[in-house]
Amino acid sequence: MLSLTCPCCGITAEETEFHPGGEAHLKRFGPGSSDDDFEGYLFGRKNPKGVHFERWRHSHGCGKWFLVARCTATLEVFASYSAQTTTPPVDVIKAIKAKRPDWEGYA
Amino acid sequence: MSNAVSALNSERHEGFVTVSEAGLVGMITIRSDQASKPLVKALKDLGLSLPPKRGITEAGGLVLAWMSPDELLLICPHDQAPAHTGALEAALAKTHALVVNVSDARALMHVRGARADEVMMKLSPADIQQLPAGEMRRTRFAQVPAAFWRSGREEISVICFRSVAAYVMGLLEVSARPGSELF
Ligand SMILES: [Zn+2]
Repeated sequence: MLSLTCPCCGITAEETEFHPGGEAHLKRFGPGSSDDDFEGYLFGRKNPKGVHFERWRHSHGCGKWFLVARCTATLEVFASYSAQTTTPPVDVIKAIKAKRPDWEGYA
Repeated sequence: MSNAVSALNSERHEGFVTVSEAGLVGMITIRSDQASKPLVKALKDLGLSLPPKRGITEAGGLVLAWMSPDELLLICPHDQAPAHTGALEAALAKTHALVVNVSDARALMHVRGARADEVMMKLSPADIQQLPAGEMRRTRFAQVPAAFWRSGREEISVICFRSVAAYVMGLLEVSARPGSELF
């Protein structure tokens, strides 16, 4: 079971209280962008086995969006943090590296 | 003037605990920056202080609950809701805020009895045993969102949307049937 902590209300609850929102930190390419960029924005996803960054919404709780760094293979959660970030914050990277020293890092 | 009627007309069931619909209750949603001075003052005028994260404050028959970082819920007698809504709207008129009387869009249920926790445990993934008094817990109740708090000794109050009141009452009634106690 996947347990998540919502940084907006502080509640730790199991997965069914939340709703997943796909990969985090996507950069939007809209009108005027190249076809390749637009295609990448729509369809290009990392889908790694291991460390992954995701959007989640506390849909049955406070209703807020937030971001989670977790391992897709073990469901271990490294950190949850504000949705108002465009790249993983330093302390989140640190928390991941402490648990996964051989992780290649965020790219 | 039409008669205000609650969702389930105070429907009541006796099981190993008593579940009942509370009848008409006033509820006002306040969306605002919670640090906003006009908001704090307007609440102070009602005798209420700002609740801490997920907390509840009470004064003179009013209950004020923290619902999210920018949302509060004021629970009051049904007939007072329009006046409180008007007063809060006026107080927050110059700020980026929203005050809505949602009394008739919600339902309130009471679960009363020594084993009230056990009914909640069957229906919600929340850690009920760890829920302290004075905390509003928003969570999932089987398939619908709900919020509940310890509103008295051996009493839990549950808020849900009016549209799913019959569903929630069905959940509570079945979960409270004698012989289905958990412990
Ligand atoms: Zn939350």
